[in-house]
Amino acid sequence: MLTIKNLKAQINGKPILKGINLEIKAGEVHAIMGPNGSGKSTLAAVLAGRDYVEITSGEVLFMGQNLLDLAPEERARMGIFLGFQYPVEIPGVSMVSFMRTAVNEIRKYRNLPPLNSSDFLKYMREKKELVEIDTQLTHRSVNEGFSGGEKKKNEIFQMAMLEPKLAILDETDSGLDIDALRIVANGVNKLKSPDNAYLVITHYQRLLDYIIPDVVHVLYDGRIVKSAGKELALELEEKGYDWIKREYQKI
Amino acid sequence: MNSEDIIQNLTQSDYKYGFTTNIETETFPKGINEDIIRRLSEIKGEPSFMLEWRLKAFEYWKQMEMPTWAHLKIPPIDYQEIIYYAAPKKNKAPESLDDIDPELKKTFDKLGIPLEEQKQLSGVAVDAVMDSVSIKTTFKETLANLGIIFCSMSEAIREHPDLVKKYLGSVVPYTDNFFAALNSAVFSDGSFVYIPKGVRCPMELSTYFRINAKNTGQFERTLIIADEDSYVSYLEGCTAPMRDEHQLHAAVVELIALKNAEIKYSTVQNWYPGDKNGKGGIYNFVTKRGICKEENSKISWTQVETGSAITWKYPSCILKGDNSIGEFYSVAVTNNYQQADTGTKMIHIGKNTRSRIVSKGISAGYSQNSYRGLVKIMKNADNARNFTQCDSMLLSDKCGAHTFPYIEIDNPTAIAEHEATTSRIGEDQIFYCNQRGISTEDAVGLIVNGYAREVLNQLPMEFAVEAQKLLQITLENSVG
Ligand SMILES: Nc1ncnc2c1ncn2[C@@H]1O[C@H](COP(=O)(O)OP(=O)(O)O)[C@@H](O)[C@H]1O
Ligand SMILES: [Mg+2]
Repeated sequence: MLTIKNLKAQINGKPILKGINLEIKAGEVHAIMGPNGSGKSTLAAVLAGRDYVEITSGEVLFMGQNLLDLAPEERARMGIFLGFQYPVEIPGVSMVSFMRTAVNEIRKYRNLPPLNSSDFLKYMREKKELVEIDTQLTHRSVNEGFSGGEKKKNEIFQMAMLEPKLAILDETDSGLDIDALRIVANGVNKLKSPDNAYLVITHYQRLLDYIIPDVVHVLYDGRIVKSAGKELALELEEKGYDWIKREYQKI
Repeated sequence: MNSEDIIQNLTQSDYKYGFTTNIETETFPKGINEDIIRRLSEIKGEPSFMLEWRLKAFEYWKQMEMPTWAHLKIPPIDYQEIIYYAAPKKNKAPESLDDIDPELKKTFDKLGIPLEEQKQLSGVAVDAVMDSVSIKTTFKETLANLGIIFCSMSEAIREHPDLVKKYLGSVVPYTDNFFAALNSAVFSDGSFVYIPKGVRCPMELSTYFRINAKNTGQFERTLIIADEDSYVSYLEGCTAPMRDEHQLHAAVVELIALKNAEIKYSTVQNWYPGDKNGKGGIYNFVTKRGICKEENSKISWTQVETGSAITWKYPSCILKGDNSIGEFYSVAVTNNYQQADTGTKMIHIGKNTRSRIVSKGISAGYSQNSYRGLVKIMKNADNARNFTQCDSMLLSDKCGAHTFPYIEIDNPTAIAEHEATTSRIGEDQIFYCNQRGISTEDAVGLIVNGYAREVLNQLPMEFAVEAQKLLQITLENSVG
């Protein structure tokens, strides 16, 4: 589904990603861990198409297409979803009109007719129940005045609404209490299917207790320095990142 | 149809209303002088008091100079090059729809303002004005059964001279300012509304102004009187063809609210703004003022200003009656080379008077957008309250947003609060929308509509949708 080959990228002339290689297949869950500032969010930004990150070399194929040629909204319509580390507030724009615009854009891309008002509300209700999110949230403006946890739950709700092929969740677990964490994890598990894939960026092992990854990667200093099975997450939890750093510096 | 559908259906960024109607027009020779005014008054069959008033206004205007205090660059205007009267031929008041030129009917159909009552939005009565004359007023009979007068200004002058004589110029005297004096001398039509005591007007009243003829100024005059314990909601809309020359629109609107009466006046202003390089477009120099004449009355102005090359406009309230309330809700959008200097005046005279100002400026391209507001609290206005919220949003780094708030307080028990913010449209907000599959164009529309929500919510439902759509179109290709 997604193939990243030797991807290098910089911000304001400063190299951040220094040669990323990654292959994600449909049905898989990949976790990316790593210390702060190692480039995890930057990788997510590149995949989603933020223009402040400049690609200096490499290739990204998504469903056989050259992803880097596409505008952010085209990538989204093809099925890339980014759960933001810091979701923004859009004052005055209701969740309903925001989501309805988004859902219908994506339906248009998939050659489906737009949902009318009542069908849309019904669809929204189903998804809300699926991810167990508070009814209240969808009556408000997009993220406006939401608590940190509410914003993260809202990201999962939006993911459920948009049914992406590849969902990239950037630290969706940080700042969540255990109940919210369970809601987020359950949401992912319910939406998981053989046709979609997840790239879960996290700091902590605890999310991976709920979302079982097929592969865990460690991103450090702009490179994936280690990839292994889910045990790697436990090892990182126990030992921290210092041993990775030491190992890496030896190379 | 709801707003999201409409936003989605939009693909065109051109001014949609820029077409011209080919009809025979009766016009006066260009220029202004006493003869022109006499001829105008005569063609309208006006009583002599009207002609005398016009002539006095003209004498006064001749001594005046165009105001220069606004934050606007206005090229010199040659008032002798303007045609002051243009009317579709056969301008006798049509007896029925069949008497109206089919071309005119088509024009208004195309503008989304069908003149057939059965085709109209339910609950909206329309006075359709083209160039200097009113073409047709709908639902007149329905309204007349309640004692409501809704007709063209020309008709009101002929049929209801007492009301006109009593109130015309009572809120905006011809001495008020340069454009008000000019308008008083040459105004050719407009709408007149009278709501009798104790009547709640059951439908939205609206006037649709259309400029069609070339080199013609439009000078309309609107007068709305809400008698004791009455209520009316009134809306005006306007469009004009695309032309390379500037055209002048200098209107005067006067509102009078008597005891316990409420007037809600909404404007969706979409005059031709000129092209991308600032060529052409309407000069919109308008004086709008209402008086809460007696106690417990209320006047509320809502405006969505998207059109015109230059806008100079300050819908104001004189809060004379005790406990009266004045409101001003405004969204002013400028793009390309448009200039707007708009705001309000709230004059607190009576006790316990309250006013609320919410102004949302949105500037894009090379445009200049100014808010200018005066809150004046007079000596006897005990416990007067004002709240002003004045926000500016910038969509480019070449445009300008300015605020000129003036506050004058002569009563120690009064309180005036002022809040102001300026923001750039957020890259992060746009990207967030993009990431959900929404194009940048649509994202800007959503974000701007969200920003203007508090004002748009004041509009009658049917027009709120129209206004959202307009904001979106006006700002297409504007982020950068
Ligand atoms: N918008 C930006 N402008 C400049 N530098 C940035 C920006 N975003 C991230 N960086 C820098 O890129 C590096 C990687 O950051 P990030 O990808 O956010 O790391 P992580 O998500 O792994 O904590 C950091 O050194 C950070 O300072
Ligand atoms: Mg990060």
